[in-house]
Order: sequence, then structure tokens, then C-alpha cells
Amino acid sequence: MTVPIIKLGDNLIITIQTEMTDDMAVEAQNKILSRIRETEARGLLIDLSVIDVIDSFMGRVLNDTAMMARLMGAQTVVAGIQPGVAVTFMELGLKMKNVYTVLDIEQGLELLKSLE
Amino acid sequence: MVNSITIEISEEGDIVVARQKGRSIAKNLGFSVVDQCRIATGISELARNIFLYASTGLIMILTLIENNRMGLEIIAKDMGPGIPDIKLAMLDGYSTSNGLGMGLPGTKRLMDEFEIISETGAGTEIIVRKWLN
Repeated sequence: MTVPIIKLGDNLIITIQTEMTDDMAVEAQNKILSRIRETEARGLLIDLSVIDVIDSFMGRVLNDTAMMARLMGAQTVVAGIQPGVAVTFMELGLKMKNVYTVLDIEQGLELLKSLE
Repeated sequence: MVNSITIEISEEGDIVVARQKGRSIAKNLGFSVVDQCRIATGISELARNIFLYASTGLIMILTLIENNRMGLEIIAKDMGPGIPDIKLAMLDGYSTSNGLGMGLPGTKRLMDEFEIISETGAGTEIIVRKWLN
């Protein structure tokens, strides 16, 4: 199971379509970073709308990916965080760093455009 | 107690299986979507701890009926190295595995009740409960 990464202009769109194991998340992180390098992308849009659990490990991978992308010159926008995920994220004590957040992919694309 | 299910944790994919089972049981019991998420996330943290520190163990999910209220009990049991200092393990940001150190204290915040029994060299048992409002 791999995470599809679609190039759209200067941006990469990643739609997480299934619940991920820890290994899959780390693999997706590596793949995203290689694609940034290959495509010289300036923005990442990660759609998490079908994800219904973000635990401390997944939260860390997400933050790390955004930080690494930023080191490579790309901004990260996360779209579609579910209400329950937002609540548990806070209660777990996790923090979102280096990440823009939007409600859906459409808003994400607009935001990426305004960042260019 | 009317129902129980046991999930063996021995590989990484079992973490996902355990939290999916937990969510589906919570949903059937009538927990809100947000509570389902709390329960699934808590199970995920507990199952990962088993996998990370003890390699293998069990997650048991039980339905509770007590004084006209219903709830869910999750028992995470392993025969791993145990937790030498529980107070330290319950501190936000403390980790011996290079993690975030949010797993145990975070899970406690997600649940209504949290108990931890651990003996060095003998294993760890963590019991959490969430009550249906």
C-alpha cells in the first residue's frame, strides 16, 4: 500500500486514502521528501479527511514531515482534520508546528496559490 | 461484563487492528464520534507501547455494565521489562524510546479512568475505562 502523490503546478497533493501503520507513515514521509526534491515543489497539500485516528506517533510523523519539507523549501498545508481528531490531538498534548491548516482540499489549493 | 474481545499484539499492523476493533465496539455501544476517536487513539497508544517495549502482549476490550451505566474497559497486558518509574513515565514529554513521551499521560487524559500496574522484569498491565454519558 503506497500513498499516491500527485504533482499539480508547483505543489504536491497527497491524499491519505486509508488508515496507515507506522511503517506506512514513515515510508510516505520518505517518498514525499524524494518527490519534493525531484519536482522542486514549493508546497505540500496533505488531505487527512478520511483519517479518524492521529495518535502521538502519527502526529510526530506529520510534524516531522512538515519540518523536513520546510527545510527543503516547501510549505505544508494539512486539510480535512476531523472534529474528533482535533479534540484528541489537543488532549494528547500534541502540537501542530510548521503547518498551515484548512478545512478541505479546495481551500488548501487557494492557500498554496496565495503563498506562491 | 457482557462482552469481551482479545487482540494479540505481535506486529505493527496489530496496532491498527486493535484500534479499529475498539472503535467499532465503541460505536455499537453508542459512544459519540469524538469519544470513539478518544477510545481508538487510546488503544493505539497502549498497543504501540506493548509493541515498542515488550514486543508482544494483549489488548482486551470489555463491555462494562455498572450501576445502570455502560462503559468500555481496555486492558493492555504484556510480560515485557516493566516500567521502573511509573511517576516518570506519566510525565508529559518523558520517553525512554526516543518518542514524544505523550503516550501514557495523553491516554490518561483521553479516558475517564486509568490504572497502571507494573513490575520490573515481570511486565505491565494498564487498565483504562471510558463511561457512556
